[in-house]
Amino acid sequence: MTVQRFPIEAGQVLVFRRALGHADAERGADTSSDALVPATFVQASAHFDPDYILRPRPGTPWFGSGRDAGSVPAGGGGLHAEQHYEFHQPVRVGMVLSATERKGRTWQKTGRSGTLQFSEWITEYVDADGLPVVTATSVGVQQQHTTEAAR
Amino acid sequence: MTAAALEIGSSRTVVLVDGLTRTRIVQYAGASGDFNPLHTDETYAKEVAKSPGVFAHGMLTMGMAARAVTDWIGEEQLTGIGVRFTSQVWPGDKLTATVTVTDLSDGQARFELTTTNQDGVVVLAGTASGRVEA
Repeated sequence: MTVQRFPIEAGQVLVFRRALGHADAERGADTSSDALVPATFVQASAHFDPDYILRPRPGTPWFGSGRDAGSVPAGGGGLHAEQHYEFHQPVRVGMVLSATERKGRTWQKTGRSGTLQFSEWITEYVDADGLPVVTATSVGVQQQHTTEAAR
Repeated sequence: MTAAALEIGSSRTVVLVDGLTRTRIVQYAGASGDFNPLHTDETYAKEVAKSPGVFAHGMLTMGMAARAVTDWIGEEQLTGIGVRFTSQVWPGDKLTATVTVTDLSDGQARFELTTTNQDGVVVLAGTASGRVEA
């Protein structure tokens, strides 16, 4: 994921707060405010990632249901196992961030039902001056069943 | 918040949601931009993914659980948070978060964070840290 421009907008923060059930979701909805955002708000940078695969896009087939039930996308079937954030400075309405992603570690765990393949992705968010804001580390897991592993 | 306002071992328990709705999951999809149909499309979830149905984004649970920390110490004080998603969260679930102070040193408070469902199953487990004044 590379996001060249991720504006921290008051309206987006409002809907994010509502989704998380904040009782004071409207706090900071006035665009003159530099209100803080919820801890996990940088996930919303997906809206500004032109290649994000979990968003329907005009002219591109979507893998969810429509006339039929849909299909598993290429490389799909994984689950989100872990998420970590390190905050270098608070994220506030009015900032414009950018983000770059790189691969981190990979490892396996083997159990009775097969092998779990873990992959780490690290996203660095920086501010308009290039100063670090948030380091986000996501860990995904894919299960490789014993029968598949034996092939 | 000052270190004096916290004690190692002190904790707080917060009900994050009682009766999670599918609409709430859709709200999170729209807010975060993660429209994976596994979370929002019952037909896809059952027929293609072979899931019992849609289930919540792990990040919805994490976002709610983080509130239990930031409502205590303040959003600006949070320096880190990391969690493992240990079980799926389904529509109808009641989620309760418990935050416990585990360490106070070097101007930082460290916390253990867990979230359980109505059956006592841990759905999220992790740690958080935040700045505290001496």
